[in-house]
Amino acid sequence: MPEQLVFAMEVFLNGLMAGVLYALVALGFVLIFKASGIFNYAQGVMALFSAMTLVGIMKGQVPFAHVINAIFGTDVHYFGWTVPALLAIILTVAVMVLFAWAVQKYIFRHLVGQEPIILFMATIGLAYFLEGVGDLMWNSEIKKLDVGLPQGINEAIDNYTFNIFDYGFFIDNLDIVATLIAALLVGGLVIFSQYSKEGRAMRAVADDHQAALSVGVSLNFIWIMVWSVAGFVALVAGIMWGTKSGVQFSLSLIALKALPVLMLGGFTSIPGAIVGGLIIGVGEKLFEFAIGPMVGGATENWFAYVLALIFLVFRPQGLFGEKIIERV
Amino acid sequence: MFYREAGDFKTSYTDDNQTFPIKFDRYRYYVVLAVAFGIIPFLINDYWANAFLLPFLIYSIAAIGLNILTGYCGQVSLGTGGFMAVGAYACYKLMTAFPDVNIFFHVIAAGGVTAIVCTAFGLPSLRIKGFYLAVATLAAQFFLVWLFNKVSWFYNYSASGQINAPERTVFGVPVTGANTEAWATYLFCLVFLAISAIIARNLTRGMQGRKWMAIRDMDIAAEIIGVNPMRAKLSAFAVSGFFIGISGALFFAVYLGAVEVGEVFGIQKSFLVLFMIIIGGLGSIFGSFAGAAFLVLLPVALKLVGVDLLGWPTDIVAHIQLIIVGALIIIFLIAEPHGIAQLWRVAKEKLRLWPFPH
Repeated sequence: MPEQLVFAMEVFLNGLMAGVLYALVALGFVLIFKASGIFNYAQGVMALFSAMTLVGIMKGQVPFAHVINAIFGTDVHYFGWTVPALLAIILTVAVMVLFAWAVQKYIFRHLVGQEPIILFMATIGLAYFLEGVGDLMWNSEIKKLDVGLPQGINEAIDNYTFNIFDYGFFIDNLDIVATLIAALLVGGLVIFSQYSKEGRAMRAVADDHQAALSVGVSLNFIWIMVWSVAGFVALVAGIMWGTKSGVQFSLSLIALKALPVLMLGGFTSIPGAIVGGLIIGVGEKLFEFAIGPMVGGATENWFAYVLALIFLVFRPQGLFGEKIIERV
Repeated sequence: MFYREAGDFKTSYTDDNQTFPIKFDRYRYYVVLAVAFGIIPFLINDYWANAFLLPFLIYSIAAIGLNILTGYCGQVSLGTGGFMAVGAYACYKLMTAFPDVNIFFHVIAAGGVTAIVCTAFGLPSLRIKGFYLAVATLAAQFFLVWLFNKVSWFYNYSASGQINAPERTVFGVPVTGANTEAWATYLFCLVFLAISAIIARNLTRGMQGRKWMAIRDMDIAAEIIGVNPMRAKLSAFAVSGFFIGISGALFFAVYLGAVEVGEVFGIQKSFLVLFMIIIGGLGSIFGSFAGAAFLVLLPVALKLVGVDLLGWPTDIVAHIQLIIVGALIIIFLIAEPHGIAQLWRVAKEKLRLWPFPH
């Protein structure tokens, strides 16, 4: 087998793994968009914020330590205890639920019925706000996140492929775990939305707000729930990315990468988010591998957007999106 | 008492169609122009020029440009930073390729180049709309920044990858380079801002502006009553690109002098200008000024209060600034979706009735 092809296969596999992570972020977008028509730009910052909170709780950081020190002239940084990962995750989920409640109560309840683009801009404002709060609360240094997920090269795949191609593929254990968790998460969400009472109510709201309201579904509760679930998805994505490359500001930029993923898959489709994520992940890695060296590299910065742009011109509703019908 | 139409008799159609039909408004406008051109240049110093006045003037031009596209024509763009970069690099290439031509024309030509690029990236708007389009303009943002980083022709193969503005003069007075004086750069930018604002104001209240607004309010309905959506949308992209290109050129050549594209014209710049028009007021020229002034002054004010007065570390103040900007966006969208410009309009309505409220 020619060497280039083997390399391309490795790139392809790594692209798939990266795509899973994009899909994970995109999933959070789709959930909120389906239920409330809000295109939540803050999803990436939510991932960052939840990862920061997780690290902060695990290390026993004092929230707002910087501000307290600046105002009162004290010098506090840590409580002096550490919290086990599982408990910290549960606490972080509680924080995200609280956040969902606050967002619903103080922002989006007042914006019901506004145009989608206004809601979108409000979430950009929310993203800035949350980023500022996160930095203020847990300071803005790059933090290491370790909740005990396996990392490093997967020996089994390395050996197996070496026997076949004479060249061991480099696949990170973390990526494999991420794929499994993403699959579990999607499975769980599907089961939740198909079989549980709340899940059905959520689908009813997604279908038609007023009809759902008239049969006694509490919109307020559903929206808080959806934002909480999205917060949870953000936390999972935050843990994955944070373990991979540290908890830092660039984490929130993956939200931007999720946008072309969504456009490719369609805004309203959960399978679309997964497939879109995989296409973008594989596409940008293969493009960088094949074309990147010719044009100076770093094509990953823009490839996803341009791909989505070209794709949209031919199919505006995305792969799995509902057909857009417009009336005057 | 003094702010009303009564008593100001119009005797010709030209009078009737003027930009400021109320006498008080008209005089206020002349006074503002007189102060801006006649008084501020004598009082200006380097600190105020660099901290507030120059960025305010330049961002106002960008905000006017984006407001035409987003506020008047309803096409949300997140590519402002990329388009400003086009203006900056076009200006740089022209300045170095034709050193004898006056910089005034370089800036105008940079606006023209940006208009073409912006129109090209506006083409998808014929098929997609809303935030689909917003994401499509992100493609412009990232692609353009990458292009200016990677293709060394754009920065004349300089080793640092930066572009540096050489010294250029207008009427013998340097406006770019190291030896500029505050008043010269201020006046140079002010001339561009005044011309841009007058053009924009008249475009938006004329036929073209009405077409844009029809497209914004409901594009299918607009098409049915005879607005050509392709021409309306692409013309909005072109005009907006022209202004944004000019502001990008000024930002590079006059304000900064040296530019590293990823740092200066990144996605943050796109959001900053978008925030200016949200806070200032979508679909209002005055709002573009108000929003630009507000968001340029906010960091200066916060720094004065937080760092100099209270003695807090700069990073905390920077974080608080993020929180305030984010919260303001949300508050404005909830409480006053039409921004500062609407507050101004309400004030004018009140003024009309004053001092007799009925």
